[in-house]
Amino acid sequence: MPTDIDWNSSTREPIEKSYITLTVNGEPHRLGIGSQQDEIAPSHTLAYTLRESLGFTGTKIGCDHGACGACTVIMDGEAVQSCSILTIECDGKSILTIEGLEVNGQLHPLQQAFIDHTAFQCGFCTPGIIMSTKALLDANPSPTEDDIKQELAGHFCRCISHYLVIKAVMAAAGRER
Amino acid sequence: MTKEYRYIGKATPRKDARDIITGRAQYIDDMKLPGMLYGKVLGSPYSHARIKSIDTSRAMAQPGVKAVLTYKNAPDWKLGMPPHKPVLDSTVRFVGDVVALVAADTADIARGALRLIDVEYEPLPAVYDAETAIQPDSPQLYPDLPGNLLPRGTYGIGPKALQEIVIGDVAKGFEEADLIVEGECAYDNIPNPLPPEPPGVIASWDGPDKLTLWTASQSAGANKSNIQNIMGRIDVRVIGTQCGGSYGSKNANQMPVAYATALARATNRPVKLYYTKEEHFDTFSLRLGSRIRASIGIKKDGTVTAVAGEWIIDTGASSEVVPWQVAVGCGEAQLMLRCPNWNIQPRAVCTNRNPSGVVRGFGGQELKSSLIPILSIAMEKIDIDPVEFFKKNFVKPGDGYYWRDGVWVEFRGPDYSKAIEKGAEVFGWKDKWRGWGKPTAACGTKRRGIGVGIHGNADVGEDESEAWVRLDPDGRAVVFANISESGPSQRSSVCKMAAEVLNLPLESVDITPPDTLVNPFEFGLVGSRGTYILGAAVIEAAEDVKRQLFELAAPLLGAGPEDLETEDASVYHKAHPEKRLSWRRVIGKTRTCIGRGRTEHDFSLPNMMTIFAEVEVDIETGKTDLLRVVATTDCGQIIDPLVLQGQLQGSIGSAGIDTALAEETILDNRNGHILNGNMIDYKWRTFVDLPEFQTVILETPFPSHRFHAIGVGEIAPAPGPSAVLMAVYNAIGQRIMSYPLTPDKILKALDKE
Ligand code: FES
Ligand code: FES
Repeated sequence: MPTDIDWNSSTREPIEKSYITLTVNGEPHRLGIGSQQDEIAPSHTLAYTLRESLGFTGTKIGCDHGACGACTVIMDGEAVQSCSILTIECDGKSILTIEGLEVNGQLHPLQQAFIDHTAFQCGFCTPGIIMSTKALLDANPSPTEDDIKQELAGHFCRCISHYLVIKAVMAAAGRER
Repeated sequence: MTKEYRYIGKATPRKDARDIITGRAQYIDDMKLPGMLYGKVLGSPYSHARIKSIDTSRAMAQPGVKAVLTYKNAPDWKLGMPPHKPVLDSTVRFVGDVVALVAADTADIARGALRLIDVEYEPLPAVYDAETAIQPDSPQLYPDLPGNLLPRGTYGIGPKALQEIVIGDVAKGFEEADLIVEGECAYDNIPNPLPPEPPGVIASWDGPDKLTLWTASQSAGANKSNIQNIMGRIDVRVIGTQCGGSYGSKNANQMPVAYATALARATNRPVKLYYTKEEHFDTFSLRLGSRIRASIGIKKDGTVTAVAGEWIIDTGASSEVVPWQVAVGCGEAQLMLRCPNWNIQPRAVCTNRNPSGVVRGFGGQELKSSLIPILSIAMEKIDIDPVEFFKKNFVKPGDGYYWRDGVWVEFRGPDYSKAIEKGAEVFGWKDKWRGWGKPTAACGTKRRGIGVGIHGNADVGEDESEAWVRLDPDGRAVVFANISESGPSQRSSVCKMAAEVLNLPLESVDITPPDTLVNPFEFGLVGSRGTYILGAAVIEAAEDVKRQLFELAAPLLGAGPEDLETEDASVYHKAHPEKRLSWRRVIGKTRTCIGRGRTEHDFSLPNMMTIFAEVEVDIETGKTDLLRVVATTDCGQIIDPLVLQGQLQGSIGSAGIDTALAEETILDNRNGHILNGNMIDYKWRTFVDLPEFQTVILETPFPSHRFHAIGVGEIAPAPGPSAVLMAVYNAIGQRIMSYPLTPDKILKALDKE
């Protein structure tokens, strides 16, 4: 969004810029703002844009309400719930989704650890959980089990893969017991 | 472990692991078909009302809206068992009951159009309690269900379908008892299995009688038979997508399938109907409610001489399969309790809340959670340790039981006492047990208590499965089996079985997608039947194709077929391993080789799960923490230890153990609205609240199939709620006979309101 708009002011300036740029998994995307089908409407969430406009369907929507963590992506280094952010607020941001973890066919160590520990059942919560733990490991390469639990407190895993997830993350951090 | 296998019993990467952890796995909402429309449902704001008028013209006039369906122009299909719920009706029977369907170019347009449908309702009196619903002056939900009672019936179960437990002579049984106790317990908090992925399907018609359905389900096959039951013998192809959790609830997807299919027919376009989480809460199915009032005759040594009473089942506004749940529950009661005299009368009752559907535990969890607490009163009276009671009374070799189909079955499984004992040992039961109603430990305001629950299910051998295995000359094998993946890893497990039989690298075995067009008959992944029945079909197909392979190879190797073995896609002479030919040479490079397998049902090998639980109750606040769980079973042979571990740990979630402490769907009794229909107010366990969880898994070989295994996943949660209820009783010394044990209930029991 243009920087000269103050959304809180009662007299909004006219929108000067009709697009935003969003970098997803290293690739810049220019997205028009408007009400046409291929445009970003002001009501679109980042989760919706990633999935429906850009095709990154690896990001899941569970509750669409900020309560389950399924939609977690990394934005400028931080794990965020993409269902609770409007796309128009993301101009200039850099997003990493689950699709961006694999580089040249090489899995990220977390992904490999999830495979090795079968740290999922239905897998619907998995992309969100992996993105949160990626952000955790980037910030804290040797977390304790407790750190992992705290980081994942907002993630709903109905299959109860929690125990195996914790093992996988510890293994990825090289702290397998 | 009895035998060293190449893959069986070892942790191997799941076949779909890479797709899941890279985000490539295709769930239903990740799919788009050309020309696809989006369906949305309008739910009723009333729990019981007649539609006085409904006007869809404003919605229809909206650009992008392609169809609006109401009871006036919807197909006349009926859902439920027996069929009783019209797909759209002029009467609505729960808050969220679907009044109208819209199909539009986008989900947004469809959602907007819902608001333009003008409905005038005439509210009717409603009833939310099953026992009230059967009273003569209660509001009636359906004209053809007098007393709101769903009729008993056979519904494909068989002519003698088990719709009650009547065995022996209860009067005589009570005479023989040293003691008779009476009790009542309700497990009617109607929890939501709540898979993370909301229910969804895509329907597409190709002509009036040819339907293709993509479904997020645990059983693509069950969706097909369900559609043909509802819509007649149309040509239907069902394709399963990766399913984001089901726990039973998406087995047949009755309501979403009917809605999407109706919209697709009206528009002649593919229609995706994918619920939001709110719609998932508001319009989808929940667990059955269950209340038992029973008398138990017991002898001082723990022998049960008679059980008599009634089982009131609250099905909500309609029921997907209650006769089957009654039949299975009635069978399961006999597995848990060796008793010669029974008279349990189930009554399935409709009320004005969400419909009930399939949920893991399937009638049995509901029944056990209400029956075991009543049995506990009897156990306490004769002062028997519940672990000893369960060991004594769980079905044993030489016993039998009437199973689902009303047929007497002789038990061929092991004495499960050994497993129960082992679990008790790991849990430290003997050290912690202080007697009934006595805490294990007390410190300040905290009281610790322990409890145990048990469950078994003979549906591990239910119904039929077919599978084929194709060998390709390039040294690969393909399993043809109609297996959906909703989490239990069954697709990978049968690949392991085929790889083991064929002694092939696991990477060289693949499986067809779940698709009724491609695969042979498969009943579906229910009742833990995958490991045994489906496994046996795949094994038989693999053995069959191996036999053909050896017959082809024998003349080429100058040997008899019995002299041959195969390894990594070559066939060799067992006595002269240097005599060896590749499959390509044996089969021929332009041929494939197909083996077939089919398994009939076998109800003689029920599984068993015992759950030991330790809780800590704060008697000042009433808050209860689940500290520790030990889940104990004997599965014959582990197929994959990590997969099994996950399934057993899954007992906590999906309307399982936590239904004893926190999980419930709270209805406003004034108007039938769900008060906690969202992911914040509906309580679920987080990563920071995990109890210590251990599994004890014995492997006593079963006479099932080549690998001597049976499934146990489906039953994992079922013994949990009653175990926790017992643990809380022992912690606080006050009996609570309903779920969940919320702090207010505990304080009330302690007289500390
Ligand atoms: S989908 Fe975003 S938190 Fe649930
Ligand atoms: S693996 Fe199914 S919800 Fe987490």
